[in-house]
Amino acid sequence: MTEYDAVVIGAGHNGLVCAAYLAKKGRRVLIAEAAEIVGGASITREFAAGYSVSACAHLLYQFHPGIARDLELEKHGLELASDDLATIALASDGRYRRFSGNVVTGNGLTQEDISGFAAFHEQMTRYAKLLAKVAGRRPPKLIENDWHDKLNLAKIGLDIRRLGRNDMRELLRIGAINLFDVLNEKFTDELLKGALSVDGVLGAHMGPRSPNTVLAYLYRHLGDGFGTSGPAIPRGGMGSVTMALAAAARAAGVEIRNHTPVTKILCSAGRTTGVKLGSGETVEAGLVVSNADPKTTFETLVGFPELEAGFSRRVHNIRARGTTAKLHLALDGMPEFTGIDAIDSGARLVVAPDLAYVERAFDPAKYGEFSPAPIMEITIPSVHDETLAPAGKHVLSAVVQFAPYELKAGWDSAKKSFENTILATLSQYAPGIRDQIVASEVLTPWDIEQQFRIRGGHWHHCEFSLDQFMMMRPAFGATQYYTPIDGLYLCGAGAHPGGGVMGLAGRNAANEIVKREKTK
Amino acid sequence: MIAHDERRVIETPFHSRVQAACALNEWEEWKGYTTVTAFTDVALEYFAIRNSCGIFDLTPMIKYRITGPDAGAYLSRLVTRNISKQRSGQVMYCCWCNDAGQVLDDGTLFKFDDNTYRICSQERHMDWFGASAMGFNVQIEDETDRVAALAFQGPTSCAVLKQMGFEDIENLKPYRFTSFPFDGQELMISRTGFTGDLGYELWCDPEQAETLWDALMEAGRNYGIRPFGAAALGMARIEAGFIQAGVDFMPALDVVRSERCRSPYEIGLGWLVHLKKPNFNGRKALIAEKEKGSRYRFVRLIVEGNKPAEHAFVYNRRNQAIGTVTTAGWSPTTKSNLAFASLEMPWGLEDDELFVEIYYIRELKWTRVMERCHVVKDAFFDPERRHATPAWDF
Repeated sequence: MTEYDAVVIGAGHNGLVCAAYLAKKGRRVLIAEAAEIVGGASITREFAAGYSVSACAHLLYQFHPGIARDLELEKHGLELASDDLATIALASDGRYRRFSGNVVTGNGLTQEDISGFAAFHEQMTRYAKLLAKVAGRRPPKLIENDWHDKLNLAKIGLDIRRLGRNDMRELLRIGAINLFDVLNEKFTDELLKGALSVDGVLGAHMGPRSPNTVLAYLYRHLGDGFGTSGPAIPRGGMGSVTMALAAAARAAGVEIRNHTPVTKILCSAGRTTGVKLGSGETVEAGLVVSNADPKTTFETLVGFPELEAGFSRRVHNIRARGTTAKLHLALDGMPEFTGIDAIDSGARLVVAPDLAYVERAFDPAKYGEFSPAPIMEITIPSVHDETLAPAGKHVLSAVVQFAPYELKAGWDSAKKSFENTILATLSQYAPGIRDQIVASEVLTPWDIEQQFRIRGGHWHHCEFSLDQFMMMRPAFGATQYYTPIDGLYLCGAGAHPGGGVMGLAGRNAANEIVKREKTK
Repeated sequence: MIAHDERRVIETPFHSRVQAACALNEWEEWKGYTTVTAFTDVALEYFAIRNSCGIFDLTPMIKYRITGPDAGAYLSRLVTRNISKQRSGQVMYCCWCNDAGQVLDDGTLFKFDDNTYRICSQERHMDWFGASAMGFNVQIEDETDRVAALAFQGPTSCAVLKQMGFEDIENLKPYRFTSFPFDGQELMISRTGFTGDLGYELWCDPEQAETLWDALMEAGRNYGIRPFGAAALGMARIEAGFIQAGVDFMPALDVVRSERCRSPYEIGLGWLVHLKKPNFNGRKALIAEKEKGSRYRFVRLIVEGNKPAEHAFVYNRRNQAIGTVTTAGWSPTTKSNLAFASLEMPWGLEDDELFVEIYYIRELKWTRVMERCHVVKDAFFDPERRHATPAWDF
């Protein structure tokens, strides 16, 4: 039998990154992936004959360039079909707002809003750079007197100080408050504000008026901190990112087994001894690294009885309610969005006509209902990548909010009416689109939970907010990648810095594992 | 509904009898119930416990019923003691800890059968017990108000129970329980108590409470039976060496300052910790403490003189304050001045020269004395009759 130093649970991007780094450090690593293919929530899938789409994550916002370099992803086949995508805020009357870098254009925008946006964007980019530094390091814990933690904390303090007096003051003022207030302070144009607010609530159980939305906005713009100025679309869809990662991992010596679900993390006397597979087979390893979400990891795979009750309760209380749905459309032609040139149809299109609309879209989610007028983030990746659809045809992928995981009516019965709601909304901006639809697919948080094995269907595994950030992510007791079970580590979106196809959680976890397991 | 600014206490099922017997009208609140501090005379009540028998209304003690196929596994994870050998009809004294190995409470665990237990404690724990239940198939019910309970303690207690017709009761071993038909219902009798003497605890349906009280008083008439209150019980429990949550240690969930709570090792309950058990709450922290050493030591002290050392500082020979007395009082049976104290390590070994600083007021004049005190290893009072089976007849 082959012996492994480490078993990584789940071949999502973070699992692959972590495994690749561990293998590069000489560890013998097995990745056990439950699905037929690698990729987790970063996969490309054919959803109708001839039409493929990025099935969960659909834009590459913030993939860490250092990881792409270290793992030589270009050499392993990663190619961007388009990058630095502009964002276009749609309006049913055709007057749009186009955001690219620090430039916003559109009919009727005031000079104050145009110059205000440039200043806002530049300031947010400075903050995003700060956040990018924080994201790349192990989050410091405050109580254990570890010199490394103290140094990290000092670095954060110093970085904040180095922003300069005005920026620092502003960051401390807005860092924990809501985007609604901040945008209203700075801008007058409703369409502009509505579109910007989407970046603060995307993927979250939050409306623009919720605290933490400024932080979430910065997180969404981490890519700006890494030096890009807009999301990218990989050729072949998001699956090609994880395919390249898998190739890099294999090249480093990682063994990847698909269709190999882990059913149990084995523990003995507080230490992990390996994993049990769905086949009944046991794989022994001194290290188990879970890329599964924290609730799945601790509640299902380890089992609360193996853990302490206080820790179990904290895991139980992690906020991880998915509120995001996906819409996939196969179209027999290029959809026409009112007022948008065909050349811009490949941009990131946003449906969020004003701030109140976004907030009102969120309101029903609090009470277990979906938005009657949802917000959307739309991409038509086939504009940039002809591999996704037959010639002349297109695929549309949209993130749709808000669709709460715990829907009062139940998703089985409500899914169809939700799809109608989405299409009705979409038709307001692209009136002829219904007639172009060849096939469609809606993924509710229930579907996301089932298909991507994420408890609660929250694609960040845990809500991204200050109380679940840094040394509090996912929960006290498992915040620096290691867990109360010796030898068991977390490397997924539930760990610092969080979700998004970024890879830093995986890389940071690998660093921590190498550091901690060496000293033992 | 009780408005937030109204303070109400509820009455136990024995209230009509207790009230009639409470000549001093001295009451105190205990977990929301009104209970008696002293009925007639604390000294007489105390001597009833030691020389004849006394009854004490125990109903407010918090009682949880744990049921379900995982009850045993759940409790094994909850408490620090190895309970795998506990038999049906057996009671085990246990304590339970938070993740940091700090004691939440101590209490008694009654096993009815593999799927049914009762756990009795000083504090309420529904929140913690509920959190601990995640991942187990168990149900936890607070049955405090559904079970009327009496402590029936003292040398003649067994004789009185025999008098009432509870056959073979003398053969009930300490920390065992059994049931008898009584008044058309079931009466559970356990040989347990908080006095360190021969004694029993009686558990019945609240409907039977008054009948039970009357029957006991009637049967005990020639055996010196007397109701006793919390004051007399307090005296007996010090002699017996029993600690009490909230008095001798702070339940870990109640403290604001995290260093104020105590591990089992630090309150003399190290014997309840079985580190070899596969998994239980606080295990990791307690293993670390075992390696690293504890911060505090729990000691029983005999204080010279007769002034109660309640909450006194404890000093070493060099006049450094090294601890605090948590409970103190005069022991009529051992004729000595007793105290429990929590001392900083490494103090509290048997030959340490220790002092307590006692302040007392007499006719509006404060006086301070430094009294020598001596560490005692075992309970101050532990009579043979407490352990003997069959129980002695008096």
